Amino acid sequence: MNVLLPMLILSTSLLPAVLTFFIPDDRHGTRNALSLGGAVLKLGLVAFMLSEVANGAIYETRFEFAPGLEFLLRVDALSLLFLTLSAVLWFLTNIYAIAYFGKKPELSRFFGFFSLCVAATTGIALSGTLISFFIFFELLTLSTWPLVVHKRNETSFAAGRAYLAYAMPASAVLLAAIVWLESAVGPVAFTEDVDFSSLDDTSLRIIFAMFIVGLGVKAALIPLHGWLPLAMVAPAPVSALLHAVAVVKAGAFGIMRITFDVFGIDRLDDLGITTPLAILAAATILWGSIQALFQDNIKKLLAYSTISQVSYIILGIALGGPYAVIGGLVHLVHQGLMKITLFFCAGAFDEQAGVTLIDELNGLGGRMPWTASCFTVGVLGMIGLPPTAGFVTKIYLGVGALQSNAEWVLVVLVASTLLNAAYFLPLIYRIWICDSAKDEQPVEPSILLTGPAVVTASASLVAGMMAGSAFSPLGWATLIAERGYLP
Amino acid sequence: MTLVLATIVGLPFAAAMLAVIFGRYGGPLAAAAVAGVAVATAALIVIVAEGQPVTIDVAGWPAPLGITLEADGLACGFLAMATLVMSGVVAQGRAYFYNTGPERRATWAFWPLALLLWAAINAIFLSRDLFNLYVGLELMTLCAVALVAIEGKAETLAAALRYMLVALIGSLLYLLGVVLLYSAHGVLDIGLIAARVTAPTDILAAALMTAGLAAKMALFPFHAWLPPAHSGAPAPASAMLSALVPKAAFVILMRLWLEAVPDLSAASLLALFGTLGTAAILHGGVMALRQNRLKLVIAYSTVSQIGYLLLVFPLAGGASAAQPGAADAWKGVVFHALSHGLAKAAMFLCAGLWMASVGHDRLEGLRGQARATPITAFAFGLAAIALIGLPPSGGFTAKYLMLTSALASGQLIWAVVLLLGGLLTAAYLYRPLAMIFAKADAAPVAVSRSQQAVPLLLAGTAILLGIASSGPFELFQIGSPWADIEGLE
Repeated sequence: MNVLLPMLILSTSLLPAVLTFFIPDDRHGTRNALSLGGAVLKLGLVAFMLSEVANGAIYETRFEFAPGLEFLLRVDALSLLFLTLSAVLWFLTNIYAIAYFGKKPELSRFFGFFSLCVAATTGIALSGTLISFFIFFELLTLSTWPLVVHKRNETSFAAGRAYLAYAMPASAVLLAAIVWLESAVGPVAFTEDVDFSSLDDTSLRIIFAMFIVGLGVKAALIPLHGWLPLAMVAPAPVSALLHAVAVVKAGAFGIMRITFDVFGIDRLDDLGITTPLAILAAATILWGSIQALFQDNIKKLLAYSTISQVSYIILGIALGGPYAVIGGLVHLVHQGLMKITLFFCAGAFDEQAGVTLIDELNGLGGRMPWTASCFTVGVLGMIGLPPTAGFVTKIYLGVGALQSNAEWVLVVLVASTLLNAAYFLPLIYRIWICDSAKDEQPVEPSILLTGPAVVTASASLVAGMMAGSAFSPLGWATLIAERGYLP
Repeated sequence: MTLVLATIVGLPFAAAMLAVIFGRYGGPLAAAAVAGVAVATAALIVIVAEGQPVTIDVAGWPAPLGITLEADGLACGFLAMATLVMSGVVAQGRAYFYNTGPERRATWAFWPLALLLWAAINAIFLSRDLFNLYVGLELMTLCAVALVAIEGKAETLAAALRYMLVALIGSLLYLLGVVLLYSAHGVLDIGLIAARVTAPTDILAAALMTAGLAAKMALFPFHAWLPPAHSGAPAPASAMLSALVPKAAFVILMRLWLEAVPDLSAASLLALFGTLGTAAILHGGVMALRQNRLKLVIAYSTVSQIGYLLLVFPLAGGASAAQPGAADAWKGVVFHALSHGLAKAAMFLCAGLWMASVGHDRLEGLRGQARATPITAFAFGLAAIALIGLPPSGGFTAKYLMLTSALASGQLIWAVVLLLGGLLTAAYLYRPLAMIFAKADAAPVAVSRSQQAVPLLLAGTAILLGIASSGPFELFQIGSPWADIEGLE
């Protein structure tokens, strides 16, 4: 059982993915049952493993590609953090996507790649060796491209091209980094200590920098972020998944693995490369927010906000102190909950009221009160106001910065909060205070479209208010940090 | 044991002869040959996997008097790949040539030629005798040229003529080299040549043989004949020509430099091989990027992918053989050759299906195929993954092994070439893939599911080679120049 569980949980997404491709397009019921069934099963497995892993259990599946070169799926505390997020949000996005697309054509292909994308994310979360991580990382690139170009007009193909133009060279750099490292130290597993003695400090710095470049495209670190705002042409469920779980998080999670489980935060400190990484993250935080100020399209604004928010995670990792690490880890979940809420709502605005531009938001609060309320909760979280989850992150990052003697980070946090307020509050103002130009009817979407947003918005509130409980994201992040990453 | 090896070479040959006599039954005869050889190859792999290469002396005469056939891990891998490719070719060929009517000369000629080509290639994989190899090469070349010309169209005839000219010059050069070696040492067996005392003419002989083989495998700068020939032939023939023919010439080249005359490979020579390979990768890739017909894209891709094979020499040849990772690089190249063979054959078969349904192979015609022929489109996608070297695929295992070896031995330049080549491959395959995904104005004609699935078998195996790579990895080891090294270095 212990050997089968990781494979089983991977196949809850992989199997529906493969089967969905073969379901005729008009068999909507079969297809929905398949992907929802997989998602429910996955939730059950995750819940079971959460309680077991909290008690110290570990699950592993492994086989060899070549003698010594291992494929390893491993469930530990850190992988469960990401896995749980992806399982919960996949389930909700699935419901949302079913409601969003209705009975449009060519959905079998869409849901096939959609599940494949989640399977890749699962694999990334569970990977226990560099080589298995790389395999799923590439699978993610390939499975998201068809989702980005799903509308198949010229803009989506342009966005798809831009995505690949960033992602393929990045994957070459990532592969080069992996191979350079492994040609010197042998195949790397995350749980085993790596003997770096055959590499000098300069080589190590270059290898780490190559890892950051290779992973940084997906994590949308500047200057590698250009594809993300373009990719917002994808359908709303895709954007929601991309920005909250799949692509950007895979990049951030990869940087976590490399930092904690390959190099180790102490060694990186000795090499003097954590501060440059922190500065890069801080610059990304500010740059994303500044760009967001100038957007007139809601989804584009959200995309720049993602660029900024994901770098909180990287900032926390780079600072390296206990509180900062916890703050970074927990933001992986918090940002996911808040950002997916915003994209769910943005999709509903577009689908129900035809609203895609910020100017058109006027008076929407009266017409779609549920959706607009969820959107507001998401926005407050992004700004980091109590009692939302975003507030918890910022407190931990702030304290962590002081612990690491990096007072300048406080300035960045304050500036970013102000910027967030500056670009988000006008939206709230338009939604609730401004009157609609025309007197239009309520257009609240169906429960299937609002439900997921209500759940994620509430979850982001609960995660903030119940942060002290052991199974809150914060509690789990603390568990991870205590188990391995703290001095 | 003799029976197994005799089946592998003799059955396709016998089937070819029968197909000449019973022209109408060419397809079923070929299918029977594939089934028989598949069983024999499987048996051979099981025996060789026990740890030792299998050697037989034909008619009981050992070398240097008689002819020796030897099946090592390398031969097993290539034989298995060839059998898979042939099964795809037979499955599609039967539909392809049936559609064009039983009276056509093409139908009558295709099966004997294809089977003869296959017999020659199998003989090359198993031979250890330089003259035997020449006979195999010659037979293979003549069949290949005839397959290009088989439809009798003016432009393919011109391509076939050009191919024949280059290939015949290549044969002459190779034969000249063999004669020089024989006159100096009086032996032709690869093992005995390895044990010779070096003669001054040896380097000239090796150079002549290399030039001949380079012409046959379309190595840059002798590649100009390949794209028109491979893109002009009927799709099932193109699959064989691109997947198998260059590999056979390459196996001889590799046996020559790594097993027969490793003492001659000076560092400058190895670097020259690497440089030619790099030029092939880049030139072929850039040319593929500029084509507007699918079969030409795939054909130029072959020119480019052949370049990777040449990297085996700087990474594992001559003095490099003792470097860390040399054995891995060699296995990486074998993985690459097999993965490319499977993926490339799959691509040509896909192109054949699409040509049959659209009537031409301009990239524009691929619009909407993801919807009309989803299984074929999926197969093309998998084949593309294997060619680009994305994980998990045989192409990725190859790239990983070659990259690790290049870095472990401090030859950074070849690592850069490998990575750039992968990006270039992704770039030129993006256009057909994007077209397949694009919206079509009119729905293309659907193709039966069983026909659609033929390329999927090959592309799927190319992917599987990267997932279950541990078995092949250990198989290739057997009888290789690094037989005593265990696992990854």
